Amino acid sequence: MFERISLRRRLVNQLMLGLLFAGAILAAVPFFFISWYVLQKGLGALSVEFFTQTPVGPGQQGGGMANAIVGSSIMLTLASLLGIPWGMAAGIYLSEYGRGKTAQTLRFAVDLLTSVPSIVVGIFIYGVIVIHFGFSAYAGGAALAVIMIPIVARSTEEILKLTPQHIREAGLGLGLPRWRVILRIVLPGSRAALLTGVMLALARVAGETAPLLFTALGNQFFSHSLSEPTSSLPVQIYNFAKSGYPDMEAMAWGGALVLVLFVFIINLVTRALMGMRWN
Amino acid sequence: MTRHFDLELKDLKSLLLKMGGYVEKSIEQASLLVIRREPWRFREVQASEIEINLLNKEVDHLCFCLLAKQAPVAKDLRFILAVVKINVDLERMGDQAVNIGYAGVDYVRRPMINITQEMSDMTERVRLMVRDSLDALVNRDVELSRLILERDEIVDQYKARLLDYLQDLMVHDRTLVESALDLIMIARNMERLADHATNIAEEVIFLATGEDVRHKGARLKEVNGG
Amino acid sequence: MELIAVKNLSAWFGEFQALKNISLVAERHEVVALIGPSGCGKSTFVRCLNRLHEEVPGGHLQGEVWLDGQNIYAPGVDPVNVRRGVGMVFQKPNPFPGMSIFENVSVGLRLAGISKRAVLAEKVEQALRQAVLWDEVKDVLKRPGTSLSGGQQQRLCIARALAVEPPVILMDEPTSALDPISTAKIEELIQELKERVTVVIVTHNMQQAARISDRTAFFLLGELVEYGKTDQVFTQPQDERTERYITGRFG
Repeated sequence: MFERISLRRRLVNQLMLGLLFAGAILAAVPFFFISWYVLQKGLGALSVEFFTQTPVGPGQQGGGMANAIVGSSIMLTLASLLGIPWGMAAGIYLSEYGRGKTAQTLRFAVDLLTSVPSIVVGIFIYGVIVIHFGFSAYAGGAALAVIMIPIVARSTEEILKLTPQHIREAGLGLGLPRWRVILRIVLPGSRAALLTGVMLALARVAGETAPLLFTALGNQFFSHSLSEPTSSLPVQIYNFAKSGYPDMEAMAWGGALVLVLFVFIINLVTRALMGMRWN
Repeated sequence: MTRHFDLELKDLKSLLLKMGGYVEKSIEQASLLVIRREPWRFREVQASEIEINLLNKEVDHLCFCLLAKQAPVAKDLRFILAVVKINVDLERMGDQAVNIGYAGVDYVRRPMINITQEMSDMTERVRLMVRDSLDALVNRDVELSRLILERDEIVDQYKARLLDYLQDLMVHDRTLVESALDLIMIARNMERLADHATNIAEEVIFLATGEDVRHKGARLKEVNGG
Repeated sequence: MELIAVKNLSAWFGEFQALKNISLVAERHEVVALIGPSGCGKSTFVRCLNRLHEEVPGGHLQGEVWLDGQNIYAPGVDPVNVRRGVGMVFQKPNPFPGMSIFENVSVGLRLAGISKRAVLAEKVEQALRQAVLWDEVKDVLKRPGTSLSGGQQQRLCIARALAVEPPVILMDEPTSALDPISTAKIEELIQELKERVTVVIVTHNMQQAARISDRTAFFLLGELVEYGKTDQVFTQPQDERTERYITGRFG
């Protein structure tokens, strides 16, 4: 009697487990598919020139995406310089002082900002900066920063909230003013987790195309200053991919591979940091 | 790491030993009073009794508080329970020394009976039993405690012999009846002192081993001796 | 003069009154235990002694708390300064994450303006010795405080509180997250600390209060029902409610 019921239950268990496993497999399939596809298509385009030279015209041999890689790096740096401190400050405020109606409203606004389509951010920066100062790396960086801020803010807030209240009270009890408790105890205590949040925000904006179209525009050459139109990997990929020339399409695949690798590496580093956190 | 509780137990022990010291002194003074016929020693006995009674209350209170606050278990619990009982024994011993003193003071005013040697042997034995029982307590000495149990028999025999002799004497010499009655009272109390020392020894055995040795062979004793 | 004198203290969380007109004094070198059922206000009470209560949203109070001759709620008194003079140990061991054992103990000292390495080292050693932790950690001072066992972490927190040599240490159920052996160690430690500081300890464990304190305060529904010598409270409580609570006949 007992035997039969237990057998039925075991079968149901097996079935459910199988379904869930299939779901997990299916979720991971696109990743492997994309990776494989990009690797296959892009690997051929990668060469020393790809990393050292600027693009050449359609139909010509050689050339590379060095300007786009450098441009992307510059704009990501600019975005980080602006977006990380700004976002963290917001996150710290929301976590440590964020009580009452004002904070509620702010938190809601930050959430909304996270879900604003990135192209809208691009248009916004276009209207505020580009119209007055022209296309530039600054404008591109600013657009990426605007996308980063809410992500960094919310991840910072969530991470700081994980620090138990009694740790803060221990600091206060020792006679530290609140700001020093945050700076000396709460932040250092969640260093690794905070870095993780920042890295993920960086990975998220590294592939953004839309906001850069209206702000940094793009450039076939290296830019001479930060106030000139500047090339970036996603925009370059976009331009080449729609060009219709097989050479350029191949270059676009190469760029895509570099971008995927970049994001992949950031994720690996993040994972390493997460590991550090538990030690 | 030493327990704070151990310090309190140590305090308790030393209080009890202090009390034991007064008891010993009191017994010594009472027996000297009888043997040397020195009635002034009664004051010493009374002075000791006052101290014993004060300590009796203090030990009681301390045990009370320790039981309430420390919720002792195992060895600690046995120790405190033993102390509670020994405390009663010691207080009774103080009273008995006073009883001996009273009888002694009366006896000194009356004609002397020539049993000084027997009496002083007995009191010396009792005094040593009391001292040894306290030593056994301090050292949790089971061996010594068992010896004390045996020595109680000898004191009983002394008492029996003295009583026989004194009863005889009263029949033959009516002038010595009152003196003999005093001495019977004294011998009785001496024998009781030894019983209390035996109780202490039994408590020490319980304390050290958890074994309850009380009333063993009691029925046999009743049949033979009673 | 008494070290701690609380006069007519009432405390609230928003509308809810957690403490009702409490008055209580404690002498130097005493262990004062606060007992009572959950929510009776005993934790709130200790948190009023170092002005931590006001850090909780909605926390406010009325009354006076005199510490070493000074009313810590007098106008113009900086709560941060008050807290520097009062050590606090919490329910869960909470060494600061990301800080070494040494840093955990030296935080308060640095805050007090001590920066000479030799002085810091000496004071840290002293505090760790007083917390009976030195022998266990002297070779691993650079390791994170969080790498220690729970009981050791709690002693580390005690050392952290002791380092600045405050006259009072507040403990809010310091052993409730620890195993019996660690608890016993902390209890012994508290009784040794008495020689240097006054300890005010909140405890859920009545037996713990009985074992280690000189005075016991029984709180119920925000009121101080009974306060007296521990000997007396646990043998002859004056109030029927105390009697019911300590004999487990409550409710």
